[in-house]
Amino acid sequence: MLKLLKYIKPYILLVLAAIVLLFILANADLALPDYLSKIVNVGIQHNGIEDTFPLAIRSEPFEQMAVFFSPEEQTFVNAAYRRVEPTQDSPLLAEYPALATQAIYVLEELSTQDQQLLEPIMTRGMIITLMIQQMQENPGNAADLAGQLPFDPSKIPPGSDIYTLLEMVPPEQRAQMIDQIKDQIEGMSATMADQLAITAIEREYQQLGVNLGSMQTNFILRTGGIMILISLVAGITNITVSFLAARTSASVARDIRKDVFTQVESFSSQEFNIFSTASLITRATNDVTQIQQVTFMLMRMAFFAPILGIGGVIRAVDKSPNMWWIIALAVGLLLLVITITFLITTPKFKIIQRLIDRLNLVTRENLSGMMVIRAFNKQDYEEKRFDGANRELADVGLFINRIMAVLAPLNTLVMSGLQILIIWIGAHQIAQSTLQVGDMMAFLQYSIQIMWAFMMLSMLFIFLPRAFVSGDRIAEILETENVIKDPQHPASFPEPFSGKIEFKDVYFRYPDAEECVLYGITFTAQPGETTAIIGSTGSGKSTVINLIPRFFDVTEGAILVDGVDIRQVYQSDLRDKIGYIPQRGILFTGTVESNLRFADQEASNETLLESLDIAQASRFVFANPEGLQTEISQGGTNVSGGQRQRLSIARALVKQPPIFIFDDSFSALDFKTDSALRQALKEKTGHSTVLMVTQRVATVKEADQIIVMDQGKIVGKGTHSELMQTCETYQEIATSQLSKEELA
Amino acid sequence: MSNNHPNSSTQNKKTDIQRQPRMGRPGGGPMAMMPGEKARDFKGTFKRLLQYLGKYNFLILFVLLLSAGSTVFSIFGPRILGQATSLVFEGVTGKISGTGQGIDFQGLSAILTRVGLLYIISAFLSFLQGYINAGISMDITFRFRRDIAAKINRLPLQYFDKVSQGEVLSRVTNDVDTVSQTLNQSLSQIITSTTSVIGILVMMFSISWTMTLIALVTVPMSMVVIRLVVRKSQKYFVQQQEYLGHVNGHVEEMFGGHVVIKAFNAEAESINTFNKLNTTLYNAAWLSQFLSHMMMPIMRLISNLNYVAVSILGGYLVIRGTISVGDIQAFIQYVRSFNEPLMQIANISNILQQTAAAAERVFEFVNETEEVPDTTTPLQLNHVEGRVEFRHVRFGYNPDETIIKDFSFIAEPGQKIAIVGPTGAGKTTLVKLLMRFYDVDDGAILIDGHNIQSFTRADLRKLFAMVLQDTWLFNDTIAKNICYGCDSADPDQIIEAATTAHVDHFIRTMPGGYDMVLNEEASNISAGQKQLLTIARAVVGDPPMLILDEATSSVDTRTEVLIQQAMDRLMQGRTSFIIAHRLSTIRNADLILVMREGDIVEQGSHQDLLDQNGFYAELYNSQFALQPV
Repeated sequence: MLKLLKYIKPYILLVLAAIVLLFILANADLALPDYLSKIVNVGIQHNGIEDTFPLAIRSEPFEQMAVFFSPEEQTFVNAAYRRVEPTQDSPLLAEYPALATQAIYVLEELSTQDQQLLEPIMTRGMIITLMIQQMQENPGNAADLAGQLPFDPSKIPPGSDIYTLLEMVPPEQRAQMIDQIKDQIEGMSATMADQLAITAIEREYQQLGVNLGSMQTNFILRTGGIMILISLVAGITNITVSFLAARTSASVARDIRKDVFTQVESFSSQEFNIFSTASLITRATNDVTQIQQVTFMLMRMAFFAPILGIGGVIRAVDKSPNMWWIIALAVGLLLLVITITFLITTPKFKIIQRLIDRLNLVTRENLSGMMVIRAFNKQDYEEKRFDGANRELADVGLFINRIMAVLAPLNTLVMSGLQILIIWIGAHQIAQSTLQVGDMMAFLQYSIQIMWAFMMLSMLFIFLPRAFVSGDRIAEILETENVIKDPQHPASFPEPFSGKIEFKDVYFRYPDAEECVLYGITFTAQPGETTAIIGSTGSGKSTVINLIPRFFDVTEGAILVDGVDIRQVYQSDLRDKIGYIPQRGILFTGTVESNLRFADQEASNETLLESLDIAQASRFVFANPEGLQTEISQGGTNVSGGQRQRLSIARALVKQPPIFIFDDSFSALDFKTDSALRQALKEKTGHSTVLMVTQRVATVKEADQIIVMDQGKIVGKGTHSELMQTCETYQEIATSQLSKEELA
Repeated sequence: MSNNHPNSSTQNKKTDIQRQPRMGRPGGGPMAMMPGEKARDFKGTFKRLLQYLGKYNFLILFVLLLSAGSTVFSIFGPRILGQATSLVFEGVTGKISGTGQGIDFQGLSAILTRVGLLYIISAFLSFLQGYINAGISMDITFRFRRDIAAKINRLPLQYFDKVSQGEVLSRVTNDVDTVSQTLNQSLSQIITSTTSVIGILVMMFSISWTMTLIALVTVPMSMVVIRLVVRKSQKYFVQQQEYLGHVNGHVEEMFGGHVVIKAFNAEAESINTFNKLNTTLYNAAWLSQFLSHMMMPIMRLISNLNYVAVSILGGYLVIRGTISVGDIQAFIQYVRSFNEPLMQIANISNILQQTAAAAERVFEFVNETEEVPDTTTPLQLNHVEGRVEFRHVRFGYNPDETIIKDFSFIAEPGQKIAIVGPTGAGKTTLVKLLMRFYDVDDGAILIDGHNIQSFTRADLRKLFAMVLQDTWLFNDTIAKNICYGCDSADPDQIIEAATTAHVDHFIRTMPGGYDMVLNEEASNISAGQKQLLTIARAVVGDPPMLILDEATSSVDTRTEVLIQQAMDRLMQGRTSFIIAHRLSTIRNADLILVMREGDIVEQGSHQDLLDQNGFYAELYNSQFALQPV
C-alpha cells in the first residue's frame, strides 16, 4: 500500500488543502457548543453582560470605590473612564437615562491589553461595592460577609459612610488593606469572582437605567449571528473537502489504472501465468476502484476524526480540566467493547466467508451436475449435503448477529452513562463554582463529538487493513517486470525474408519449476512446408510454438528465424512476420470487419473477403444480412466456438504473414470443415512456413513434417508413413483414432 | 496474491462478487444512489412473505413491540437529562442572587437514577429485540435457502434452458440475503425510526411548540435538497457505472486476449483506447463521487443551522421564562437525532421495494412448475432385458420448435446404438428423452414393451449407467464419488468398480488413496482420470443399459486407450447408447443414428449408411478423404 503513495504526490496540494479545510471544519463544529455555552452563561445567566468591568458607571460609586485602589491604579482607572456631566442633550442619554440627573463615567476606547489590566482592578472595585451594598441593605448577612473583608463592617455604626471612614485610614494601612482584599478575591474561584462582579455590574446598569432586556436580546442575536456564520463556513468547507477528495481519489484511481493497464500490456505470457488472467483483471478493475473509495474515505474521515477528537479533548479540558477522566473512561470503555467484539467476530467472519463459499460450491455443483444427480437418483442426498452447509452457515451467522445485538445497545449505554456522569460530576463542580452551567452543556456536546471521532477511528482501523490488501495486490503488478525485453542493439531480418524457423537444442522451464517442460528440442521448419506437432496433453507441443513469437523465452538453446536469433530483434519486428491463431478463438467487441482489420487496418476489402473464404467463414458471416458489419459481442460470445476459430484464422490470413502458427486451432471444427479449411489454406499459404499443433491424426496426416512429442521431448520426426513404421508413440495415437484401413 | 484459475469463467467472477458478506446496509453512501428496483406485485409478495413467516408472525410482532419500547424509553432520556441541567442551573442562579439554597443534589441524584434506569431498560429491550430477531431471520434465511435448493432438484430440466445457473445462484445468495437483511435489521429499523420521529416530535412539542415549528421548517428544506442532490447524482452515478463497465470490459477483453494483442503488435492501440475510456471514466467518476457524497455535508449544514436556531430561540425563551435552560440542552439533542430516523423513513419504501423484488424472485423460483409427478401406480420389473423402442417420437425444446418430428427405432437387448453428428446437432437429446429428463411431446419410448412413463423416474434411471462427457465430480472423497450411485458404501464394491474402470491402480498411487478429497474444481486429478472415475461410478450399480458419451480430445493418448478399453468392457451384455465424436470407434455398432441440427436424418448400420451416400457418408469421408497435395 505504501508503495502507492507516490500516486498521491501530484495531488499533494489538494490533500493539504483538504487537511487545512478539515481543520477549519473541526474547529467550526467545535465552536458551536462554545457559543451555546456563551448564550447560557452570558446571555441568560448574566443578562448579556460580557465583561467584568462596567462600560459606564455613576459618578458616586466610581469615586467611592477609589479607596480600594492603590494610587497607580487610581491613575490608570481615571484615565480609562471619561466623566460626563449631567445633561439633557447627549446621545448617551438613550443608553444611560440616569445621565439626565447625575454625572456618569463612561469607558473610553481601550486596547485589549489595557482591558486586561483594567479587568482585575474593576472586578475588585465592583465586588467590594456590591458587598458593602448588600451589607447595608441586609445587615443580617453582614457577619457572613465579614470573613471576606479585611475589616468588620458590622462594627461600623449604621448610617455612617463607610467610604468616608476608610478615607481616613492612613495610606500605609490602606495599602496593606488593599493587598489583603486582592488576595481574598484572587483566592475565590475565577467563576465566583466573575459572577459576583457581573451581579454588581448588573445592579449598576439598573441604576443607570440601562435597558437590560434589549441588551440581553442583542447579545443572543449577535452570538446567534456568529453561529450562523460559523455553520455556513463549516458547510462550505465540508462541501469543498468532498470536492477535493472526489477529485483526488478519482485522479489517483485514473493514474493507477493507467499504469496498471500499461504495465500488464507489457507483460509476457510468463507474468500472465504467474498472476493468472482472472487475477490480473480483478486487480486492474475492482482493486483500483477499491483504492479510489479508500482514498476518498481517508481524505474525508481518517484526517477528520483525529482532528475533531483532539480538538474536542482540548476544548473539553479547557472548559473543565477536572472532568477529562470521564471522557477518558468512556472512550476506554467504548474501545474495549469494540475491541472485544472485533476479536470475537473477526475469526467468525473468516469462517462465514468459507461457509458462504461452501454453500455456493454445493449449489453450483447441484446446478452443473443436475443430470448426473438425477440419473443416480441422488436428489435427497444432495439436499442433505446442502442442508449441512446451510445449517452451518446459519449457525455462525446467528452467532455473529447475536454478538451484534449486544454491541449496539452496549455502545448506546456507554454514551448515556457518559452524559449522566458528566451532569452528576458537573453539578458538584458548579456547586463549588469551578464550572458554569453553559460550560457543562458544552462539555456534554464535546464528549459526544469525541466519542464519535473515536468510533470513526476504530471503524477505520477495522476496515482499512482490508482495503490495503487491494493496494498490495496492485503494487505487486507494478513491481513485476517483464522478463522478456527488447535487445538494446537490435539486429534485423535479412531481405528478402524467407521464414525458415530453426530450433537449436531448446530447453524450457517455467520459473520456479523444478522440471523442464521441453528438453533439447531441435528441428527446422522450412518455408512452403507444413510442420505439424502432435502429442498428448502435457507433452509440451503448445509450449514449443509459443516460444516462437516470444510469449516465453527459451531457458537454454536458441530459436532462429531466417538465421537470426529471435532475441536479437525487436519483438514487434518478429511478431510482424507471424500470423498466430490461438486455440481459443479470441475475438474482440466490434464487428466482423473490425476484428479482421485488427491484423491490418489498411487491408483491402478483397483481402477480407478472400480470407473469410479460405477460413470457411464466408457462409455464416454472409448468412447474416449485416455481413461484415455483423456485431461481435465481448469475448465473441454471440458466435459459436467453431465460428470463432474460423474468424480468428481469417484474421491471421488478412495479415498475410510469411509464418503461420496454428495452436490447435481446428479443435472446435467438425471434420468436414476442418478438411475443407486445410485444403484452402494449403493453396493460400503456399510460400509460408506453417506450424500447426494438433491432437488429431487426420489433421496431420498429409503434413510435410510431423514432429511427435512426448513428455517434453521429440520422440519422432518424419512423414505419416515414416512415423507409422518407426515411432511407437505416433502409432499409439494413430491407432486410437483411426481404423486399420484409414491408417494404411 | 490470489491465484484464481484463469479457467474459472465469467460465472465464477460473478459469484465472487456475490460472496461478499453484507452485514449492513450502507446508509447515505453510493448504494443509496442506485436507482431502486421494484417488485411487480408488491402487495401479493408481502402477503406471501407473511405467510412464509408463518409461526414467526407473532414473535415478529413481539420483536417490533420490543424495538418500539426500547425507542420510547430512550427518547425520554434527553428530556430528563435536561431537567437535571435545569435543576443545576436554578440552584446556581438561586445561590448567586441569594434567593435559593444552591443545587438540590438529592433531587439531582433522583433524576439521574431515573434516567439511568430508563437507558438500561431501553438497552435491554434493544438487546432482547436483536437477540430474538437474529434467531428469526437466520431461521427464515435457512428455510429460504433449503427450499430453493430442494426446488432445484424438482424442476424439469427445461427450466434451466431459459434460466442461467448464475441467476439461480444469485437467488440463493443475493436475493435471500436481501430478504434476510430486511428481516434482521430493516424491519425493526423501520419501527425504531417511526417511533423515534413520533416520540421526538412529541417531546419537542411538549417543550416548546414555537421552537419545534422553527426546527421543523428545515425538514421540508432538507427533503427538497436531498431530492435534488439524489436526482442529480443518480444520473452521474449511472453514467459512472456505465463508463466503469466500458473500462472493465476493455480490461477483461485485452487481458483475456493478451497473446493475440502481442501477436498482432496491438499493445499501443489497446493502451490508446484504454486511456480514452479511462479519461471519460475519470470525468464521470469524480463528479459522481462528489455529488453522491454531497448529502452528508448538506445534512450537516442543515442540522447545524437547526442547532443555531434552537440556541437563539431557546435562549430568548429562557429569558422570557417560557422554558428552562435544560430544555435547550434536551432540544438540541432531539434536533440532532431527528435527521437520521427521518432519512431512514424516507428510505423505507426503497428498502421495502427492494425486499419485495428479491422476495418475489425467490417465490417465483419456488413456485415454478415442477416436473410432471411420477405415476401413482408405478411398474416394478424384476428383470429387465433392455429392449428399447422409440415409437413415433415427437419432441421440441420449445413448443413452437419441433426438432424430432417422427422418430422410431428399436434396440434389441445387448445391441450397440451409436449416435453421431456434428457438434451442436443435439446428440444428447435422445439420452435426455430416454432418461426422462425431458418428456416426449408425442409418441412413446418403451423399455421391454413398457412405456417409460409408467415407471417412477427413480426406477427408470436405475436401469441406466451413464457416463457423460462432462465429468461431473463433487468436492468429496474418491470413494464417495465412485459410490455416488450405491445405496450402501461397500468398499469391495467400490474397488471392484474401480478395477473395471482401470482406475484402481491410479487411485492407490494418490495421497490418501480412496479417501483422497477431490478439490473444488476437481483439478487435483487429470481430465482422463476424471473420466475413468465417472466410468467407475457408472459401473457400481450394474444396470442393464448403458449411456456413454465419448471422451473429449483433451485426454492424453494412453489414458484414452484405457478409457476405450473400460468402456468396451462396460458395454458387454448391455444395451448401449454411445454418443460418438469419432466415427472410427462406432463402425461396428448395430445401429447408427445420424443427427443434424437436432433432427435424426439417417439411421442404419455403418455399411448401409455409406451405401446411402448421404450425410453420414459425407461426414465419414471428410475425416479421411483429404487428398495429399
